[in-house]
Amino acid sequence: MKPARMKPDLMQPLDINSEPLLSASGIGYRIAGRQILNDIGLELLPNTIVTLIGPNGAGKTTLIRLLLGLLPAQAGRIKRKPGLRVGYVPQRVTIDDTMPLRVRDFLHLGGHYSEAEMRQLLDEVEAVHVFETPIQRISGGELQRVLLARALLKKPELLVLDEPAQGVDVIGQQALYKLIGDIRDRHACAVLMISHDLHLVMAATDTVICLNTHVCCTGHPEDVSAHPEYLKIFGGTLEGLAVYSHHHDHEHDIHGDVIDDTADTAAGEHQHTHGCGHTH
Amino acid sequence: MDDFIINALLAGIALALVAGPLGCVVVWRRMAYFGDTLAHAALLGVALAVSAKLLPQVGVALVGIGLAVLLFWLEKQREISTDTLLGILSHSALALGLIVLSIIQRESSGIDLMAYLFGDILAINRSELGWMYLGVVAILLAWWKLWPGLLSISVHEDLARTDGVPVAALRFAFMLMLALVIAVAINVVGILLVTALLIIPAASARLFSSTPVQMVLLSMLFATLSVISGLGSSLQWDVPAGPMIVVMAALVFFVAHLAGYMRLASKY
Repeated sequence: MKPARMKPDLMQPLDINSEPLLSASGIGYRIAGRQILNDIGLELLPNTIVTLIGPNGAGKTTLIRLLLGLLPAQAGRIKRKPGLRVGYVPQRVTIDDTMPLRVRDFLHLGGHYSEAEMRQLLDEVEAVHVFETPIQRISGGELQRVLLARALLKKPELLVLDEPAQGVDVIGQQALYKLIGDIRDRHACAVLMISHDLHLVMAATDTVICLNTHVCCTGHPEDVSAHPEYLKIFGGTLEGLAVYSHHHDHEHDIHGDVIDDTADTAAGEHQHTHGCGHTH
Repeated sequence: MDDFIINALLAGIALALVAGPLGCVVVWRRMAYFGDTLAHAALLGVALAVSAKLLPQVGVALVGIGLAVLLFWLEKQREISTDTLLGILSHSALALGLIVLSIIQRESSGIDLMAYLFGDILAINRSELGWMYLGVVAILLAWWKLWPGLLSISVHEDLARTDGVPVAALRFAFMLMLALVIAVAINVVGILLVTALLIIPAASARLFSSTPVQMVLLSMLFATLSVISGLGSSLQWDVPAGPMIVVMAALVFFVAHLAGYMRLASKY
């Protein structure tokens, strides 16, 4: 049985005729003999927000690093629109304290921007007050906004965000996802982001891809949240531990279980392909 | 002033002008151990150069480049970490250097090991000075060209990569630049102390800088001050110049630290 592939008609494009910015098929990746990704296919259309969800160790970050060309591909095909402008916000950015760097210097690293441009974009992400602050002295939420501004300075057609809401409190997270939705509308760019929390991104996303080494299910956020494959992975944790698992650090044993699960299946039992043939 | 003092000053300042900026990148990228490894391997370079009747600096530069290539290639695997690899390279190169030296000394006893270990800045002659300046100009030109990329990869490699910065090429180029600096430095502070002149002025400069460019300029200034005051006090008290330069650099660091604390304390 072949793992589910994402079909283009599931993307709900705003413009049916638009060419995909990026398409990938048959993506596979192994690290030290362990299968991290298996036969992944997806397509990113202009002006659409696609969210990747999945447990820790599901290969989400590996997948976007492959799509961005930060990792050399091992299997499959990745096709980027020629000259595609990408803005990237990596996971857990920390700037070492040995580097004296103000936010304005940090923004300037990406290219030759005028002070007015940099201030304007910082203003748009509501972080203009940290313009002259050393980058190590700003809060987690402010840093994510600065990183967003840095990505937007490139006038991207595609914005790739690896857990944009990490290190941000719940109220801040909602504000951040709303901001991402607004950015898509204002800058007319596609967004590919990773999130742990489907319910928080639901309002701001067009398509959800549930990833656990392979594509488990894909579609509209409402459909995915009711999908058996999704519930198999997230359902158990949602029952009793909803508050805990959603509003705090995600690195806990709840997801740890899932990692072990993945490791086992990767060892050769391949139970994960069960029930994966049906996509919405 | 005597000729040899002027030569020594010119040599020291030349080294300070490159050690400052490169030292900043060494500090940012946590490459102090790599600097040490290059320095230890330099002894092998000296020994090989002497036996081939070449200028010692040429041997040091060539062995440094070879080491950079070897490390670059070894780093492609993941099972052994970079600091372990550096430990292996550093000590095996040092051991090999000592063996080659002992063979040379068996045949002729003309090699002064101490001069290479701790530097012999007062013995630098005009032609050596000329070679040093050639090396320094080459390093500064490369620096001028590569600075935006070097800064970018020092801040965040993945962001640099998505900006289209050739990360691997820059890392390699920087290793080669460091190998050249070690070759330049060997007459001034010697193999054992060369890393000090890279990292101490840069570390002092960090305390007073709020931008990368400030840190680079200040580290040049601190390195130059250490060279001048170290050379002066070495002549005054008749102690070895190389170690004295490093002591002065360390003194600047501790005074800078103290001043930093005082400034912080005065705010409350």
